[in-house]
Amino acid sequence: MKAVLRPYVAAFRARFLLLLQYRVAALAGFATQCWWGAIKIMVYAAFYETAAAAAPISLPNVVTYTWLGQAFLALLPWVADPEVAMLIRTGGVGYDRLRPLDTYSYWYARTLGWIIARALPRAILMLIAAGIVLPLVGLEAWAWRPPAGPEAAVLFVAAFALMIMLAVAVLMLANVVVAASLNERGVNAVLMPLVIVFSGSLVPLDFFPDTMRPFLHAQPLAGLVDIPFRIYFANLRGVAALEGLALQAGWTLVLIVLGRFAMTRMMRRLEMQGG
Amino acid sequence: MPQVLVEALAKSYRVAERAPGVAGALSGLLRRRWREVRALVDLSFSLEAGELLAFVGPNGAGKSTTVKILSGILRPSSGRIEVGGLVPYEDRLRHVARVGVVFGQRSQLWWDLPVLDGFDLLADIYRVTPDRYRRRRDELVALLRLEPLLAQPVRQLSLGQRMRAEFAAALLHDPEILFLDEPTIGLDAPSKLAVRDFVKRLNREQNVTVLLTTHDMHDVEALAERVIVIGQGRLLADSSLDRLRSSVFAERRLWVDFAEEAPALDIQGVEVRTRTARSLELAFDPAKIPAPKLIAAITAEHAVDDIHVEEPAIEEVIARFYDLHDSGEA
Repeated sequence: MKAVLRPYVAAFRARFLLLLQYRVAALAGFATQCWWGAIKIMVYAAFYETAAAAAPISLPNVVTYTWLGQAFLALLPWVADPEVAMLIRTGGVGYDRLRPLDTYSYWYARTLGWIIARALPRAILMLIAAGIVLPLVGLEAWAWRPPAGPEAAVLFVAAFALMIMLAVAVLMLANVVVAASLNERGVNAVLMPLVIVFSGSLVPLDFFPDTMRPFLHAQPLAGLVDIPFRIYFANLRGVAALEGLALQAGWTLVLIVLGRFAMTRMMRRLEMQGG
Repeated sequence: MPQVLVEALAKSYRVAERAPGVAGALSGLLRRRWREVRALVDLSFSLEAGELLAFVGPNGAGKSTTVKILSGILRPSSGRIEVGGLVPYEDRLRHVARVGVVFGQRSQLWWDLPVLDGFDLLADIYRVTPDRYRRRRDELVALLRLEPLLAQPVRQLSLGQRMRAEFAAALLHDPEILFLDEPTIGLDAPSKLAVRDFVKRLNREQNVTVLLTTHDMHDVEALAERVIVIGQGRLLADSSLDRLRSSVFAERRLWVDFAEEAPALDIQGVEVRTRTARSLELAFDPAKIPAPKLIAAITAEHAVDDIHVEEPAIEEVIARFYDLHDSGEA
């Protein structure tokens, strides 16, 4: 097993360690996300002042939801892996096909390394700022709170892991489209608004009209933000939480199967048509 | 059974085409026109284990396409191909584990990683056991004089340095066969010599089969016992360099500097091409009169200061060859 996984673990580690070095990008991302987080929270505060009774989630939970969203924004699959676009443009994809590896898993491992390296420093900085500094300066009401309890914490860890697997599965589909269309701009232009709205990154999905909710809660992107974060503050608990995890796992599987299928077809075309 | 077997290999691509200008672009939106490009038309050859073969041909002749099919990146349109008993595009995973490839125009090392980290990563990718990896790596580092480069990121290497690292990268997993696609392109003279020397040693001492494509005739002259010339997707010649030379140029040149005034020579089958006061350039056909015999005949009658035989340069041979077959770049 270890021998089987060795190349993929190595590919993940190399990408992760390399990208972790980009400190300026992490700081810039953190600053932007603080700014947007503060603005969103002010908007929520104004909204709750007039309509708190009608809201499906309490204000402190929405505040936590917002900080979580800002902290893990870089995990969202809203742009295809830039390395794939480069591989296609430079013909490096040929070398990838010369490796005795399953190309889907090889790219999956690299993309995983990319998004985790991008997200990790920002998440840590955000946790310090919103989870520790805000309460210390007397702004507990606006702080990132700990999980609702031990059960919520354990479930969240699982949901968080699934969220990352799902995000990479979405990215892999985007990567394949980039590779097939030889250009990443079209894919990114479509992907970004879809992910931001349907994941619940813009606002929690329960804030949408009732008629849309069944659809919103069943579609794959809900597993990226809405499900794991509601599990965090026990808005989803017990059976509902387990259903959420199942939905994440199910969609991840479906997207991986779809991505592999698309990739096999794309590679076949590449073999026929040349790089 | 030969290590590489290629029979009636053909490969065509479809490329989208549109008329130039605005009108062409607009009509291209409605209806795509496709044009068939035949990179390989009909190519057959075989290669025994331990051979060193050079593929020569003008741009667009199909050299790189052949290497890409042999290495498993491309799928042929028709024809049969086997490398070490495997069909590369059908058994990709097993096949690629046994071959090494260097594309002169591309890098397989990680641009931002130090050379050594790239090697480590490749050892993981090919699942080379740590002992074997260490031994192989140290051997290649010594052969290619990579020691001072190991800690440098690949992007900081010069082209010649990078090429040496690329060779090591392609050989860490101990492939049985090495495909080189224009490995000396853009290199300066010492780097070219280093690459040639290394390829030769690899072939002789480690018995690695080598197939290389090149434009550089000095590569061919220095390395290959056997040359395949292709043009427009077809095989034009498959022979030793010497035979290729004599097939296009029957004649050779003899330069003679005399101690006194150059004499009027009258020897059967020999023609005087140029004449100065004390030297002659003679053209002769070695099939009719061998060089030693001709030299003996001249030195028996005249006092000679210096004498040398010249063969046509291989560039000339190949250029002449394309002319004969009308197979320059289309």
